[in-house]
Amino acid sequence: MDNAIVATRPHTHETAVAAEHEHVALPQHRHHFETKEQQREAATFGMWLFLLTEIMFFGGLFFAYLLYRNWYHDAFVVSSNQLSIPLGAANTAILISSGFFMALAVWAAEVQKKSLLVIFLVLTTVFGVAFLGIKAVEYHEKWEKHHIPGNHFDVSEFINPPVNPKTGKLTEKPLAPDMAQKTQVFFFLYFAMTGMHAFHMILGIGLLFWLTWRANRGEFSAGYVAPIENFGLYWHFVDIVWLFLFPLLYLINRHPGY
Amino acid sequence: MSATSYTIVNLPDQRTATIPKRNYLNNEDGLLSWLFTGDHKRIAILYLISITFFFFIGGAFAGLIRLELLTPQPDLVASDTYNKFFSMHGIVMIFLFLVPSVPATLGNFLIPIMIGAKDLAFPKVNLLSWYLYWIGGLFTMAALVLGGVDTGWTFTTPLSTHYLNTHVVTAATGVFIIGFSSIFTGLNFIVTLHRMRAPGMTWFRLPLFCWSNYAASILMVLGTPVLAITLVLVALERLVGIGVFDPTKGGDPLLFQHLFWFYSHPAVYIMILPGMGVISEVISTFSRKRVFGYTAVAFSSVAIALFGFFVWAHHMFIMGVSNYSALVFSLLTMLVAVPSAIKIFNWAFTLQKGSITFETPMLYAFGFLGLFTIGGMTGVFLGALGMDIHLTETYFIVAHFHFVMVGGMLMAFLAGIHFWWPKMTGRMYPESLSKLAAVTTFIGFNLTFLPQFILGYLGMPRRYHAYPPEFQVLNVLSTAGATVLGVGYMLPLLYLGWSLKYGAIAGNNPWQATGLEWQIQSPPLTENFIETPVVDHEAYDYEWLEHKTAQEVTTVG
Ligand code: HEM
Ligand SMILES: [Cu+2]
Repeated sequence: MDNAIVATRPHTHETAVAAEHEHVALPQHRHHFETKEQQREAATFGMWLFLLTEIMFFGGLFFAYLLYRNWYHDAFVVSSNQLSIPLGAANTAILISSGFFMALAVWAAEVQKKSLLVIFLVLTTVFGVAFLGIKAVEYHEKWEKHHIPGNHFDVSEFINPPVNPKTGKLTEKPLAPDMAQKTQVFFFLYFAMTGMHAFHMILGIGLLFWLTWRANRGEFSAGYVAPIENFGLYWHFVDIVWLFLFPLLYLINRHPGY
Repeated sequence: MSATSYTIVNLPDQRTATIPKRNYLNNEDGLLSWLFTGDHKRIAILYLISITFFFFIGGAFAGLIRLELLTPQPDLVASDTYNKFFSMHGIVMIFLFLVPSVPATLGNFLIPIMIGAKDLAFPKVNLLSWYLYWIGGLFTMAALVLGGVDTGWTFTTPLSTHYLNTHVVTAATGVFIIGFSSIFTGLNFIVTLHRMRAPGMTWFRLPLFCWSNYAASILMVLGTPVLAITLVLVALERLVGIGVFDPTKGGDPLLFQHLFWFYSHPAVYIMILPGMGVISEVISTFSRKRVFGYTAVAFSSVAIALFGFFVWAHHMFIMGVSNYSALVFSLLTMLVAVPSAIKIFNWAFTLQKGSITFETPMLYAFGFLGLFTIGGMTGVFLGALGMDIHLTETYFIVAHFHFVMVGGMLMAFLAGIHFWWPKMTGRMYPESLSKLAAVTTFIGFNLTFLPQFILGYLGMPRRYHAYPPEFQVLNVLSTAGATVLGVGYMLPLLYLGWSLKYGAIAGNNPWQATGLEWQIQSPPLTENFIETPVVDHEAYDYEWLEHKTAQEVTTVG
């Protein structure tokens, strides 16, 4: 019974030092965890929770999207036609590839293959950067067309859509001026959602550089893989968000010409 | 069991007692060792100091508000200055005091110890939260120094985005950053409670303080990001005119209301749940009984957390939600009252037949019970659709939320600080002064806020710096009460500070309480436990404690 609570035992300085010493001996094992296993589980669990907060964070925007899409259906239809399916699809493919290499990187860390790990991390980075490059092209195009919300936003094109030279018909259904205003909401959401996503990618690429550097020093090649695994979760999360954004912004409501 | 007589304050012999030579406070020296600490207990102390600082800043604004309202004429400050006063008061009190109060201080200090762990799961993240708290706090203060904000703490659009020319973005940035501080705290608690419990510390042996902080953490983790994104949108709308909330550009301010209250209603429970945890500990200890209906109390915390997400629209009854959804939200709102009531009843049953002693923490806990009950019942009034339309935006609301949050949470916070003070510092506080402070607070509180119920019922609107002369008597009473209340809050600051040096040595377990935190030395070692404890009894098992103490006496003597 008495040893039910061992903590009340009188202790000496020596025992405490000895205890500390023991913990320090384990590499990468922080002193307040009982075992390495516990530490790894805690890190993974923490990462999942963090991703949950990310879901809620994006959730606010998705909520806004759903609400406005219902209210301003026509404006959303016309606006989504302005987005380029080829670019969006290319980006989807690139991001999925990047995710695939990340999965391979996690595997390489687990089987403790250092050079493979480094290679896969670099490939993940390259594809991530390519994604952002395409995004930049798309943003630039929006800039030229005055589709960036704010004071320079131009709705005239939605009120008087241009004529298609081949068919001689209007390219889009003309919107009443007040509905045309609502296209701005669509573009705002487009920029907010893809921008938030891109911001996550930029952070992720920063982390990738750091992880690659550490991997190259051999830090993850001896059974300590939690950082790689957890970053993998983050990267897959970012992929998945895009897999929702692409259909919601580019595909739904899409229609071929008018 | 009630037949056993015991002295509750079992202070060690004053001639021989000393503070343990080695403890978390003196383990390392120097300011830097504090600023870079990973020790959850030191971080808790850092938070305690910071939060107290901001509380008195918020309090100073409360004082200015009440001073202006002493007379019906707008004679102290102009209306826009008054608006800045109540905005800063609200922003500081909510985000810099109430939300972090119990979790960041007591929760940080106690949760690892209560479950037999050496620290929280992520000590560096814990320290980061404290820095984020300060960075956010400084932004908020900067907004104040640069000229203030006058949106109220709710940042309501289009007011905040179009009509006001004040430092909304700076303040919103501050709140955004503080939000991340609270997300990280919540995340750390959840992981710690799931993964770091000592052998034998099952979920149903956890002290109720852990359960309630667990529930509050769920709310922090799920709700705060929604607030964060909302504030980003407000800032963008203001800076570049994007138009999400702006009707002239196609947006709708109602969206802001939905997003904001999705966080802010649950936030009320972030503020109150940890306090309820404190009350459970205090009531159990000073009536020497296991909390009646332990499981129901534990689950009611989680139930409050979950229901809390479904009632946000009761803040929007007058803003154009459809009648149908107003009805649904009204009913749901009533439902949230149920788990709170479960707690109140279970505490009452715990007290009944307990052998009660009225130590200072218990006095504060009784204060909590009284004030929170009144606050909660008036909340049910407000949840009722018809009543709400009559009372919104009057002083009735002000009185209601002060009863819940100030009467409830602040009483609980003070109960907790007094209860665990001996553990945190190794010293007792002066007995009679602390009781005097508890009573003063209670009287001051009622004198301040009871008149506001009547004022609100009579139709005095909130957020105005002048009012018709017939309301003056009640306002004078309220301001007088605020003065008494102010004294009630100053007293602990003074005597607790005094006790750091001159207080009697507390010993390990002055209250004869059962939690693991009471079985280790006061103040604890940096590593809390030399060897991980093995838990073989339920929370609040006083027979186990008596048994253990008796054994210790026989083996030692
Ligand atoms: C822990 C302490 C307190 C907290 C957390 C708190 C919180 C708040 C909040 C959130 C508001 C609403 C501001 C707004 O609507 O924008 C408010 C308003 C107010 N508070 Fe406090 N308060 C506290 C203490 C006090 C004290 C001690 C007093 C008076 C002695 C006081 C008097 C007022 C008054 C008069 C208002 C103005 C209401 C209005 O103009 O609509 N508060 N408080
Ligand atoms: Cu509410």
